[in-house]
Amino acid sequence: MDDILRAVEQGHLKERDAFRPGDIIRVHERISEGAKERVQVFEGLVLKRSGGGTKEMITVRKISSGIGVEKTYPLHSPKIEKIELVKERGARQSRPYYLRDLRKIR
Amino acid sequence: MARGLLAKKIGMTQLFVDDRAVGATVIQATPCTVVQVKTKEKDGYDALQLGYDEVKESKVSRPIAGHFKKAGVAPHRHLFEVRTERIGEHKVGDRIGVEFFAEGDKVDVSGTSRGLGFQGVMKRWDFSGGPKSHGSKFHRRGGSIGCHVQPGWVVKGRKMPGHTGSERVTVRGLKVLKVDAERNLLIVRGSTPGARGSLLELGKRHG
Repeated sequence: MDDILRAVEQGHLKERDAFRPGDIIRVHERISEGAKERVQVFEGLVLKRSGGGTKEMITVRKISSGIGVEKTYPLHSPKIEKIELVKERGARQSRPYYLRDLRKIR
Repeated sequence: MARGLLAKKIGMTQLFVDDRAVGATVIQATPCTVVQVKTKEKDGYDALQLGYDEVKESKVSRPIAGHFKKAGVAPHRHLFEVRTERIGEHKVGDRIGVEFFAEGDKVDVSGTSRGLGFQGVMKRWDFSGGPKSHGSKFHRRGGSIGCHVQPGWVVKGRKMPGHTGSERVTVRGLKVLKVDAERNLLIVRGSTPGARGSLLELGKRHG
């Protein structure tokens, strides 16, 4: 039964470049404001990847004008145009939350 | 066409529809076989008798096996009837599968809900219970179940703890997101009754 579910989800998965928690990535998200559509780029550090299949979510953190900002995206959402790997940095933890407490993450 | 089918719940997942994440249930509807066509002249009403889930002959009782043999159809685990006037369109041995439904159709889904065992009044009837703290000793209880001398008994139908779930539930008007004829799959938006692998009845809604 799980095989069937996986096969169904397969058709909804997007091709995403490989990256892991601790890496620095750039997320290109399509945002529609009324009739207009634009692409917002969010560059930051991957804090976690959670879930699997179509339900996989990623949390990205960056420092925006001195304030830490975290955004969580569904990895396979059609609204996400692409994800670029900026810097392979990696972490020993799968959830490197300690990076929040470090002043300089780049 | 006939109005209903039997099927199996495969499980739930999350899919993207129009850029939005949507909870969806995957249902496997292997085709049902027409075992008998009932007519008004012969049986008093028009209906199709359908069989679902093919099994070997030793799995059905001998009288039922005889019934399948007479129809010239392999034995099935479940036999059920669908009342319809359009019996002329079907004959014994025909298979009716997921192609009965189309994308965008509304379906009614019935099944047996998951059994939860003996449950208290909060889970079973959505009572609010009492405060958890501040010295309260009244946590998950149901409270008073009636008055004193007048009427002198507990009113029938009073909501109390007891066996929960495992009962017939119908969810109406689920939208068909996708029909996969190759794999006999039907994907509907939202949830359906029952555990994974449980038997479901599907019916098409008109209008």
